[in-house]
Amino acid sequence: MTSPSSSSSPKGPKAALADALDRAAIDASCRLPVLLFFGSAIAWLLVGSVFALLAAIKLTTPEFLADHAWLTFGRVRPAHLNAVAYGWSSTAAIGVAIWLMARLCRVPLRHARILVAAAVLWNLGVAIGVTAILAGASNAIEWLEFPTYAAFILFVSYAFIAVWAVLMFRERRPGHVYVSQWYIFGAFFWFPWLYSVVNSMLVFWPVQGSVQAIINWWFGHNVLGLWFTPIALASTYYMIPKILGKPIHSYYLSILGFWSLALFYSWNGGHHLLGGPIPAWLQSASIVASVMMLIPVITTAINFHMTMRGSFALLRTSPALRFTVFGAMCYTVVSAQGSSMALRSLNKLTHFTHYTIGHAHLGMYAFFTMTMFGAMYYITPRLVRWEWPSAFLIKAHFWLASTGILLMVVSLTLGGLIQGIELENPKVPFLTIVAHTIPWLHARSWSGALLTTGHLAFALSFVLILLRTGKQREGPTLFTKERSFP
Amino acid sequence: MNRGLTLFVGILATFTLAWAGLVLIPYLQFGRVTDYVSEETGQTLPPPMSGLAQRGHEVYAAEGCVYCHSQQVRGESQGSDLARGWGVRRTVARDYIGERPHFLGTMRTGPDLSNIGRRQSSVEWHHKHLYRPQSVSPGSVMPPFRFLYSLRKIVGEPSADALKLDGLDAPPPGWEVVPTPDAKALVAYLLSLDRSYPLPEAPTE
Repeated sequence: MTSPSSSSSPKGPKAALADALDRAAIDASCRLPVLLFFGSAIAWLLVGSVFALLAAIKLTTPEFLADHAWLTFGRVRPAHLNAVAYGWSSTAAIGVAIWLMARLCRVPLRHARILVAAAVLWNLGVAIGVTAILAGASNAIEWLEFPTYAAFILFVSYAFIAVWAVLMFRERRPGHVYVSQWYIFGAFFWFPWLYSVVNSMLVFWPVQGSVQAIINWWFGHNVLGLWFTPIALASTYYMIPKILGKPIHSYYLSILGFWSLALFYSWNGGHHLLGGPIPAWLQSASIVASVMMLIPVITTAINFHMTMRGSFALLRTSPALRFTVFGAMCYTVVSAQGSSMALRSLNKLTHFTHYTIGHAHLGMYAFFTMTMFGAMYYITPRLVRWEWPSAFLIKAHFWLASTGILLMVVSLTLGGLIQGIELENPKVPFLTIVAHTIPWLHARSWSGALLTTGHLAFALSFVLILLRTGKQREGPTLFTKERSFP
Repeated sequence: MNRGLTLFVGILATFTLAWAGLVLIPYLQFGRVTDYVSEETGQTLPPPMSGLAQRGHEVYAAEGCVYCHSQQVRGESQGSDLARGWGVRRTVARDYIGERPHFLGTMRTGPDLSNIGRRQSSVEWHHKHLYRPQSVSPGSVMPPFRFLYSLRKIVGEPSADALKLDGLDAPPPGWEVVPTPDAKALVAYLLSLDRSYPLPEAPTE
């Protein structure tokens, strides 16, 4: 069986009803912890968007809010990264993963108190960490800016979640372990290990010199590859077959995709330091692993594409599917781009430029964040037992998010390429290069405004559904009137 | 794949392998590089940082300078860093042994600072630049760090370390702009950045 759990049971209408009741009981058991994670994730998304806008404007207008130490660019930028990476992305990922775990273990969620405690601690840790960065207490290590006291709170919270996941997994109903669970299992295990190893080697007992940089970027890349990516793939592997009502195309491709990701992604970190003061063999190993990433990526893309084949028309109808498939397509694009950026000839140009920032947003937003939006659109109505009140708000969210991120990635990619080509030519004065990037940075600020407006629409939708406003609907809220669902 | 154990062992093994390869081996290979005493001059290289510069290193971290400035000079085959005059040789692991945290950086919104103390050695220039970067570097997008300076009324004689500001930046008559201890430390750190000394693995000729 390769479907998460087929929606039309072959066993007949009675069994189908029993399945539906089972699922409703599982959803009800998830309500409090998952909504806590979702709600706080969305709040952090708004906070992170504000920091993003401030940082973007400061890059073109250095005098903007310049007289407050707390709001200087060098503090607002890491505040943005940490608010969206740990506040929004991780919190959303945990919420989605909890719900998927309960659904896929096929038992109602138990030990909810552990998760509620974890949610409270997690938010406390992020709040303390972001405040510390603004106050000037950052570690100044990219992706690891949170000072020890905040990092420790996050670690404890995460330990709670990992313990809960193991307990849930042990109490699962016997049978097939679906591919989404492999990814969640991997992510729940990799992240706390990674986070504790790296914090101890960089912050508690820092190692020497440029070994720090190697470990820094081993973390910086693994947090994407072994934490955010697996959760987003777990969600995609669940949502696409579930919404289409058909099994995933190939079980064997999903096995190949999972193990090749586990094997290669964790070796990519060194490509952030090409040409830097680190051993040449390490750079080469990371370049090879980065190119090898094409295997899991193409495998997974084929698997998703073949599952979608014949059903693309549903993208016009289903919000959850449209966000999810948008994310899945961007996963292929961003990963292929990432492999190419590890090649020395291209890296020479794109390293140290806005091109890399464009790539990062293509990954964390166009792929990861869009996938999380899709999952939240699917899951929330099942927890609240109320449909999304406004199709217009969802539509607005989708178009603002998709055009916003497209504008951001295109402007940073082109601006970054120009910057990189000019940096490569020593005859072009540095300040000329700075001047040439400014129009592209203005475009990026506008893209941020689009994204932030989209986030406001999403947050409003979320508040309205929690309050159960609007009229009671019989079926899900769709983009189009037609009912072409299986 | 129905067995939790297979999954667990695989997840553990792939991760441990990568940790050994990308963390443990580099650490064993050059995690304990020591400084080098030049046979010709008897100088310890890299030169140890002064206490004030060390304090400036902390200010550099707190203000997030690393998000726009790298501190690594790549070799000739990998970029134009040397041709731009950002260094006289590529930087190597030994250059960074005293740095915690590291400031290798990933972005060049501003220029590389590996050798800024050598390229721009004037204390006055650095203070003017930090106070309002555009005053000495027109077209720069660097934010001003006026919050590292204090404006105060001149009592008796003007302070010896008061900034010599003119035009837009000049304080009102009877007032002066003086650097805070943080600003002084930051400038001391910037001036200490000079990785032009020769090392056996990175000769300057």
